[in-house]
Amino acid sequence: MSNRIDVKKTYKLYINGAFPRSESGRTYEVKNAKGVFVANPCLASRKDLRDAVVAARAAHAGWNKVTAYNRGQILYRIAEMLEGRRGQFVEEIVNVTGVSKVKADKEVTDSIDRLVWYAGWTDKIASLAGSTNPVAGPFYNFTIPESMGVVAAIAPETPSLLGLIDVIAPIITSGNTVVVLASTKAPLSAMTFAEVLATSDLPAGVINILTGKKDEIAPWMASHMDIDALDISGLPAKKHAEIKVAGAENLKRIHSFKSADPGRIIAFMEAKTVWHPIGL
Amino acid sequence: MTFEYAPAPESRAIVTIKPKYGHFIGGKFVACSKHFPTINPATEEVLSQIALAGKADVDAAVKAARKAYTTTWSKMSGKERGKYLYRIARIMQERAREFAVLETLDNGKPIRESRDTDIPLAAAHFFYHAGWADKLEYAGLGTSPKPLGVAGQIIPWNFPLLMLAWKVAPALAAGNTVVLKPAESTPLTALLFAEVCQQAELPAGVVNIVTGDGSTGALIVNHPGIDKIAFTGSTEVGKIIARAVAPTNKSVTLELGGKAANIVFDDAPIDETVEGIVNGIFFNQGHVCCAGSRLLLQENVAEEVLHKLKNRMEKIRVGDPMDKNTDVGAINSKEQLAKIIELVAVGDAEGAERWSPACNLPSKGFWFAPTIFTGVTQAHRIAREEIFGPVLSVLTFRTPQEAIEKANNTPFGLSAGIWSEKGSRTLWASQQLRAGVIWANTFNKFDPTSPFGGYKESGWGREGGRHGLAAYLKGVSHE
Repeated sequence: MSNRIDVKKTYKLYINGAFPRSESGRTYEVKNAKGVFVANPCLASRKDLRDAVVAARAAHAGWNKVTAYNRGQILYRIAEMLEGRRGQFVEEIVNVTGVSKVKADKEVTDSIDRLVWYAGWTDKIASLAGSTNPVAGPFYNFTIPESMGVVAAIAPETPSLLGLIDVIAPIITSGNTVVVLASTKAPLSAMTFAEVLATSDLPAGVINILTGKKDEIAPWMASHMDIDALDISGLPAKKHAEIKVAGAENLKRIHSFKSADPGRIIAFMEAKTVWHPIGL
Repeated sequence: MTFEYAPAPESRAIVTIKPKYGHFIGGKFVACSKHFPTINPATEEVLSQIALAGKADVDAAVKAARKAYTTTWSKMSGKERGKYLYRIARIMQERAREFAVLETLDNGKPIRESRDTDIPLAAAHFFYHAGWADKLEYAGLGTSPKPLGVAGQIIPWNFPLLMLAWKVAPALAAGNTVVLKPAESTPLTALLFAEVCQQAELPAGVVNIVTGDGSTGALIVNHPGIDKIAFTGSTEVGKIIARAVAPTNKSVTLELGGKAANIVFDDAPIDETVEGIVNGIFFNQGHVCCAGSRLLLQENVAEEVLHKLKNRMEKIRVGDPMDKNTDVGAINSKEQLAKIIELVAVGDAEGAERWSPACNLPSKGFWFAPTIFTGVTQAHRIAREEIFGPVLSVLTFRTPQEAIEKANNTPFGLSAGIWSEKGSRTLWASQQLRAGVIWANTFNKFDPTSPFGGYKESGWGREGGRHGLAAYLKGVSHE
């Protein structure tokens, strides 16, 4: 065996396609299930959130305009990249959470498959959620669902990778951009997933990932006036009311979910109805 | 050339207004101790005394709705529920003229509009939703969609019966029972609707109507026995409701304010466009949440459009709502008139240029002449706030991108208009606009099959069409 000292990774945030440290300079300690130190990820601040929202807003127009076919290919590409690095994710999950290798392997497999599943939805959801409407008059009338804009999300504590993907994949499938707060106790697979995103042809700013404390970041997400919607699946139920009250300031659409479902995509889309007269 | 019109008054003999009304609870009219007057805003004549619901009345209505839900309505097959809705639609059609006259008397809108728009559309909403009652499993909302329970519904004064239909028809079709509160200033057609429910033999308690003011609305919003709140009204009140229900399990749909851009590109058919602008802002005295209240004119046609618009406005007939020739009727209330006057004064003070055609306004009642402001900038309050009256703010733009930027520069997102003869440009603009309803080469069109509702601070959810059903059924995946 060599005595080589291995090169450890600094875990940073993922904002606008780059890996900055928290502007606050803060970190917090993550330990594994046995209580051994693992890493010092960033403790994101309100300012980091605001920077991420600026990036997400700027990225929305472009991501929304990308064809559904292209969005599907990029989601599929993310799955490809994740598949290629599955070993690293399994190892990280086992190390941080203490679950068995079999269980970690299943989580990564499910994560990859979930991404593939959503990749296939990009160019189908509009057929499901849209309609043509036979109005009583000489008008062509149709309803198309489109993305809302910037959606913020709180990923569940566990499973840390699959939970993160369950939250962000449906949001970006329709053309939204997202700012997500990763699992606090097990944030490492989220930040390693950011490396997957960075090599998947995903435009900068479409997915922005923060690490930190829910109690600190969630209220700022709720009151931020340039966030259109919020997925609070990762927040304990007792916190939901407070977040919904704060989110009412700009009437954010706030939802939480229990399973993967096309309804998760539709919940973060707006239905737009267009009328045009028919005539010679 | 000026046309003279002889008066063509609609007769009010068809309606019988009782001197006093109670609430409609559990299929019966129930007396109430407190009352307030409802007036004809065109004459200030007191039409009737309306019951003011307090806690006991709302409790009784919710109790009746719950009982009807558990014992009758949720157990009935969709096929049978649908038949009741068909009956209601038919009776509304049979009594359409009566409804139209009553609506115009209580609301102040021209009889031409209540007769040709409000009432036929209200009946159409019931007819449309009747057909959904036994087809809910095909609505794309899960294989076995379930109703929510008791819905509390609070509606505005601008389209009293139509808003009732938008709320009650989908709720009942989906299997819910309702407690509805009509607006304080326009309760009469809802009370006539209660009679329709009786004639249709709708099981007692499926529809309950309590009248009152904002305090009654708050009792409904905060009532623990209600499963769903549906509200149409101001964004301000919408936010209060959103906060109030946050700690509860109530589902909510909100249809709130707007400040719609009506965009005229330089290739628009100008004469049709002018008609569309007039319809967009002066329809229903501008008391329309989706009114085209911000006119965006491409600079090179602005002068021509404004010239023709002013000519057209000279010919708008403002006056007696019961006259079949009237285009613009009375402002619905003294309070609303005061709000319009206040914002118009702000427009003057901020330096926009005001113009109105010469109009002889009646001496009694609440009136405001059709008005346009030119030289309006995006910072002006009259370009940002909902006036909810016959007041149009005119802005200009040079490029299509600039038009979209200005159009979207608002916290609202209910509706927008596009005038252009170029199909690709129209579709491009309709894609860019952040609004729930886009009218291209038309404006203020409504249909039960067509989902209606807003982006951003214009509300939550849709009403009408397949999309509207989701508001009254348990969500497929989210809590």
